[in-house]
Amino acid sequence: MKFLRNQLDKVKHNFEKGGKLEKYYYAYEAFETFLFAPNTTTHGKGVHVRDAIDLKRLMMTVILAMVPCLLFGTWNIGHQHFLALGQTGTFGEKILLGLGQVVPLIIVSYGVGLGIEFVFAIMRKHPVNEGYLVTGMLIPLVMPPDIPLWQVAVATAFAVVIGKEAFGGTGMNVVNIALTARAFLYFAYPSQISGEVWTLLGEGVKTVQGYSGATPLAVAAASTGNVMNDFAQFGSGWAEGIYSLNNLFLGIRPGSVGETSTLMCLVGAAILIITGVGSGRIIVSVFAGAYAMGLLLNVIGGNPFMEMPAHYHLVIGGLAFGAVFMATDPVTATHTGTGKWIYGFLIGVFTVLIRVFNPAYPEGIMLAILLMNVFAPLIDYFVLNANKNRRLKRATV
Amino acid sequence: MGKFVRLSKGFDIKLKGKPSAQVFDLEMPDTVSVKPTDFQGLYMPKVLVNQGDTVQAGTPLFHDKQFTDISFTSPVSGEVVEVVRGEKRKLLEIRILADRKTEHKAFRKVSVSDLSTLPVSELRSQMLESGVWTQLIQRPFGIIADPNVKPKAIHISAFDSSPCAPDYSILFKGQDHFFQAGVDVLKRFTEGTIHINTISTLEISTLFSQVKGAQVNKFHGKHPAGCVGVQIHHLDAINKGEIVWTINPAGVIQIGKLFLNGVYDATKIVALTGPEVKNPQYYRTVQGASVKKLLAGNLNSDHCRVISGNVLTGTQIGKEGHLGYFDHQVTVLTEGDYYEFLGWILPTVNKLSFSRAFGLLSFLNPSKEYKLDTNTHGEERSFVQSGVFEKVTPMDIYPVHLLKAIMANDVDEMEALGIYEVIEEDLALCEFVDVSKHNVQEILRDGLEMMRTS
Repeated sequence: MKFLRNQLDKVKHNFEKGGKLEKYYYAYEAFETFLFAPNTTTHGKGVHVRDAIDLKRLMMTVILAMVPCLLFGTWNIGHQHFLALGQTGTFGEKILLGLGQVVPLIIVSYGVGLGIEFVFAIMRKHPVNEGYLVTGMLIPLVMPPDIPLWQVAVATAFAVVIGKEAFGGTGMNVVNIALTARAFLYFAYPSQISGEVWTLLGEGVKTVQGYSGATPLAVAAASTGNVMNDFAQFGSGWAEGIYSLNNLFLGIRPGSVGETSTLMCLVGAAILIITGVGSGRIIVSVFAGAYAMGLLLNVIGGNPFMEMPAHYHLVIGGLAFGAVFMATDPVTATHTGTGKWIYGFLIGVFTVLIRVFNPAYPEGIMLAILLMNVFAPLIDYFVLNANKNRRLKRATV
Repeated sequence: MGKFVRLSKGFDIKLKGKPSAQVFDLEMPDTVSVKPTDFQGLYMPKVLVNQGDTVQAGTPLFHDKQFTDISFTSPVSGEVVEVVRGEKRKLLEIRILADRKTEHKAFRKVSVSDLSTLPVSELRSQMLESGVWTQLIQRPFGIIADPNVKPKAIHISAFDSSPCAPDYSILFKGQDHFFQAGVDVLKRFTEGTIHINTISTLEISTLFSQVKGAQVNKFHGKHPAGCVGVQIHHLDAINKGEIVWTINPAGVIQIGKLFLNGVYDATKIVALTGPEVKNPQYYRTVQGASVKKLLAGNLNSDHCRVISGNVLTGTQIGKEGHLGYFDHQVTVLTEGDYYEFLGWILPTVNKLSFSRAFGLLSFLNPSKEYKLDTNTHGEERSFVQSGVFEKVTPMDIYPVHLLKAIMANDVDEMEALGIYEVIEEDLALCEFVDVSKHNVQEILRDGLEMMRTS
């Protein structure tokens, strides 16, 4: 430790005011504070002691909450691969296969994103913010397993530059950055991120007879009879019961890397709520909104998707992942307590609406969150206005 | 009848070094200082004495050019040894070499029964002249009360909930009849209620429970329950255009003594607290006293910070500095100017946190007292909202939005969001818990000044 500290101290003067590498100070600062919590002390007036938490620890807690999804997703990539090929693979083989896809995704996402962060930090002379630590992990988790890496790089660059830096950097962005990346791919390269891309197959392999890579959402949207029956019959011959309620909840199905398992998302949600880092209000109300909308559609009826039991909406697609990790982004969500209930509930409602009524976009959670990100300040505006009115009313009584 | 208010939000910082109940009589300090910087909203203090002048306890030392009636007087008798000025000749301190035995300037003595019959103008002029008036604080803005205004109510917080706070039943023991006399005087200045706000978890000292002519309220909750701003918010919130006065019980007692004894009595008991103090306990000394004798032989290490006041709102004064005018507490902390290898991620049970984020385990042991230091535990970062400010602000106020309105210089928005109801101490915990390490109190004071002068 001492050696590292000495080395840092030795070069520090170069980066400080008047040093020859002055303009790279914030790049240096990012590395220094990564290694050592700084020796700064509180001011002589104001609070003299500070809470032990800092932004880095806060962000690490979110990353920790994503680890169950990441690990499960890694295994699931391998598992789905062998299912589709009609082979059996060992646990180790599945994990290895999964790592082969996931690790490059993570490297590209962090490499591109942090690179841009550093460049902007140096140009704009502001500290490198830790927010990207979370975004950099979210992006791989919402990508299909066999996405070309160059697309991930382009999407990440777009999201960081247009989604965040154009608005002034961390804390200023209007829409969730990871979802911006996802949406960019969705609209720029629709062929790669829709259709049967959710399972890693590999070059020139032959899939098992009867194989279909359709996701539960696609199955539900295409259903002409009863969605439940379609789910039950799907996979017969090569993956019995793959879309049973149980399996959907566990997440042993095709989909983006980290989004498939509702169970793992709930583990993440528990971590976020217990640590107080994520908003429980948002998570609960997204599920509530989706369920309520599902029920309402059941009552109205009309087509098979609308008649699908409401609780299925909670386990198919990326609803759980979006609710736990995307909707709770503290920057783009509503900032008031009451606002969080409304915001989350509407995300749930819109997710189901888009799923059922918009044939062009099979998954609704991405667009629902992006939409509500834009409306979050409006919700806060009304909540704050209520507060102001209480104050005004008191004054005139 | 008094109200009972239960507050669910807030946080008690468990700091090592709570004072034990003994009170030690300290001999007269060498120097005593009066600092205009202890008061908010002074326009331009004008010095009324010269170096070398002899003064008595109660002799005016300076006044503000805007309110020349309000005297700032000497707490002791002695010789003016130094008028300390800073940049642009700003007055920072007037130091007095204290006599061994204090001579008091004589003021008119009044019997208890006369307190309710004497004209208010006479009470007022004696308070202004003697220096006790500066104990009266006006909300909004937390400035010295304007003598020409009638307040809507007067609030007295009868407990301190801040870290290692002194126990008021020790500070004001045996002062019951002075306190009562002070309340009697204050009653003459308002048509509204005098609120005395106590805490439900401690036995209320007779000083407060037996008082006549005031409403005794009870509060239940964690810090900042003891902050008078929070109390006002729940009892009788301040609206636009309204003026409320607040005063510490010490000030009420000082007013009582002024009229019953005819002297400006600036003696006070202070608690010496904090993890760096060998024997945290109470000391009897005088307002503005040098802390040199207080600290002599009583510190665990040399590398420490001496704070007049508590760790949330106090002022760093140095080992030979002087007590602040309103402070009843001196806290000594270790300076935290050290680097910590991977300090941002290693799990720890030795750091206190309001949060339960990864590796911060202090929530597992809520009664443990911590040896906190002045390290910031992280660097200043962009504002990332996490709803945590609201969890430590037991008021119907959105602190984050208020602070953003201040940063944007939006006066209308500040007013609408309730800036009149708060001063620094009320939001001090926000500064403590802030993940992005902003100076919340400084921002708030800028906003208050902007409102006051706009």
